[in-house]
Parts: sequence; structure tokens; C-alpha cells
Amino acid sequence: MSTTTIGDIVRGDAEVFPPYLYEAYRSTIRRAPTCALVEVPLTLSELTGPGPVISAVTPDDADLTRNAGTGGEAMGQRIIVTGRVLDASGAPVKNTLVEVWQANAAGRYIHRRDQWPAPLDPNFLGIGRCHTNDRGEYRFLTIMPGAYPWRNHPNAWRPSHIHFSLFGNAWASRLVTQMYFAGDPLLPLDPIFNSSPTERARAAMIAAYAHDVTEPEWALGWRWDIVLDGPDAVAFEPERDQSRGQTPRAQPEGSDLLASDDFGVIPSERSESRDLHQ
Amino acid sequence: MTHLTLTASQTVGPFFHDCLMRTDAACDVLATDSTEGTHIRIAGRVIDGDRAGVPDAVLEVWQANRHGRYNHPSDERDLPLDPAFTGYGRIATQSDGQFCFTTIKPGAVPFDRRRLQAPHISVAVLGRGLLNHLYTRIYFDDEPLTASDPILQRVPTERRPTLIARRASDQAGRDLVYKLDIVLQGAGETVFFEIAGR
Repeated sequence: MSTTTIGDIVRGDAEVFPPYLYEAYRSTIRRAPTCALVEVPLTLSELTGPGPVISAVTPDDADLTRNAGTGGEAMGQRIIVTGRVLDASGAPVKNTLVEVWQANAAGRYIHRRDQWPAPLDPNFLGIGRCHTNDRGEYRFLTIMPGAYPWRNHPNAWRPSHIHFSLFGNAWASRLVTQMYFAGDPLLPLDPIFNSSPTERARAAMIAAYAHDVTEPEWALGWRWDIVLDGPDAVAFEPERDQSRGQTPRAQPEGSDLLASDDFGVIPSERSESRDLHQ
Repeated sequence: MTHLTLTASQTVGPFFHDCLMRTDAACDVLATDSTEGTHIRIAGRVIDGDRAGVPDAVLEVWQANRHGRYNHPSDERDLPLDPAFTGYGRIATQSDGQFCFTTIKPGAVPFDRRRLQAPHISVAVLGRGLLNHLYTRIYFDDEPLTASDPILQRVPTERRPTLIARRASDQAGRDLVYKLDIVLQGAGETVFFEIAGR
């Protein structure tokens, strides 16, 4: 890994986001683009997005220990994973869909292509979803995912992780990432985790043990906040205080672009269209 | 104003299907019979640097309705919303890298006060081996505005065809068919975007 070839094509903040080509993660070698990205401004196409309109969610979806529908409970160490979804200014991203998937306690996914000899758990699907609340908070009850081997390099093991998928409010705020667990000895050995270029950015992918989240005689707590790129969430608040009219809001940059008046970013009823996409 | 460290992107990996493609999360049929507009089908392959089909990619698509209106609170223009259309789709590639989805031809949307963007569909490509998703667009070769689209103008002329779906000869079905491959790497590499000013 110390001699890995690292490409220079990066989307977004190069101090945070991995390059497309990160040779130590071998699957990038034939899939990373080689031509420079073409820079485009934020237009209405990127300022809008599916976040506000997609997917029905039931409360059961956030309990991965029981949502297999078997009536049984998943095996493993019960954990609560919670945190906030924020924009870069620290404002909460409210009512946004969070989708998660993970391996079971033995490190195996239910996916048909995961065939390594670890047991499947009939009571665990390893998939969940929820919406953030008005404070931008999400919360899942699940079990600690196991590590698992992969064929990237000799004796390669993925550290325990949970995949997260978020839309935020705009097309430009889409994020798929992975959450890791503090203290995992496999982290320094994992090329996917280490593809993020700086200590600061890698640290931001690691959940912290949170004793205040831990529930006595029930489940251990982990806390992890997620910060989305894209236009500030404040631009999408349903009821904006007029006194905050000077707050920078999502709008294209550059004099030749649409004036902010034309964009009218403030919604009236952003929840009314939810659940259309089933 | 504080500026928090953004959360880095990581690959979706190979095992996303059970979550992201669950029945009520996948969507390769964006338009129903009651959706307004010209019904179309868009088909192609996602291809890697070895010209092999990518069997474990996801395309997420986002588009305006036939009136050029986005179903989103940031689009407050006085244009009709179509209750039978959200404009969002999520399509997994098949084992040979092929993808296909049905939708309606979007209307033109504004670029600035003077110029329109040609009808287009925004696309995010996710997959194993992609540490970040890739942003691209699908335009249409039979739309007059495509020639003057302000985003396409930023793309070197010789690379513009990688963003323009070609109308295929009419098939037996109801929908018009457009073809476009998404080439991740190498000859004919698709143009991917960096969205500025995020």
C-alpha cells in the first residue's frame, strides 16, 4: 500500500474525497475515469434533487435486529447507531432519507454474491432506513457487523463498517459512504478507508463509542455525524425567519447565471410530495 | 461561519442490492400510463476500461417533468407538477452491464435569465470500484436545443457525443428508444462533471 498509485481526479474537496484511482483498491484501476472532470455551475438541475420526495419508511425499518420479519432477533452485540446529518455550515438536514446496509455479526452479507464460509443469520437482513428528524438526527438499532475477508490483496480484511446512503436536499449533496468503528485494528490496513487522503477526513468517517447513547442492560451506543456537501440546508427550511434573509442560500455563482430571485429556493410544503415514489 | 469537515465518500461496494435495490427503492419505471409527456426508453451499458460490462453499478437519475418543472421545493416556477411523476429513478446494471429505464422526455429548464438548458436527465453513477459517484447527463440527439446547451458548450466538441443519447430505430413497443453507453474509462470515455460552487 505504501507504493500505491493515486490518481489526481477527485470530485469535491481533494483534502476529503478519495481520488477515483487509488490503486491499492484494485477495483478502481479499470473503473476510474482518466479524463479531467468538466466543471459545471450549480443550475436548477443540481440545486433540486429527489431527497424531499422519495421513499416511504416505516418505524420498523430502523430496527435491523428485528426487521427480517421472522419474529426472531438477530444474533450479535446489539448496538445503537445515532448522530446528526448536517450541512457544511452545521445546520441540520431535516427529514432526509438515510439508507444503511451491513454484514451480520459473523461478517457475512445476505447478498447472493457473498459466499465466504461464515454463517448467515436467518433473522438478519442487514438493511435499514429512516428519515432524520427536525434536528437532523437519525437512529438505528442493529448489531455490531463483523469484519470479512476480500480478495483485494493477500490476507485482506474489511474492518467492521456500515454503509450509509444519503440524498440531502439537492442533487449536488448526494453521498454514499461507510461508517467505521473507533479502535478497529483493521482500519490502518484497509485501502478503502485509507483512500480518503487526510487524517482529518478519515477521522470523520469513524463513529465514537458514546456511553450516553448506551442503554443499560440493552445496547451499546455509537455516535456518528454526517456532513453533506452541496448547497446549505438552510436554503430549504420550510419556514425561514425573514430576519435571516441575508443568509447565503443556494444559488448559482457567476454573473451569467440565474439570479436568486428566479430561483425562489424557499419551499412552502416540502413534505406534501413525499411518498409519491414508492 | 463554521465550515465542518465534509464526510468523505466511499464505494457502495458489491453488496448494495438488498438495500438500495429493494422493491420499493429501485425504480426503472419512472412514468406510468398517466404521466404526461412523450414516453421513452433509455438503454445502454456501463463499460469499464477493459470494455467489459460493469455488472454491479447503479444509475440514479433525476429529471424535470414534461413542462420542465422539477418536483422539488427549490423549483417554485409557475409550471405544473405532474402527480404521476417524481423524476427520480434508481437502476442497477445487469450481469452484462446493461441498463434500461422508461420515463418521459423532460422539458427544457432554465440556465439563466436568457438561456435554456436543453432537455436532459441528470445521472449519478455508483458502483464497486467507484470511491465517489460520478455525475453525468443524458441529452437527446433529436432535441433542437441540444446544439446550444450551455453545459454542453463547456465540453470539448469531440467529447459531446458521450452525453447525447441517439434515437434508435422505432421498435415495436410504444416507447421511443434512445441508446447511450456510459464508458467509465478509456476510448469514448463519458464526460463526468464536477459541480462547482457546492
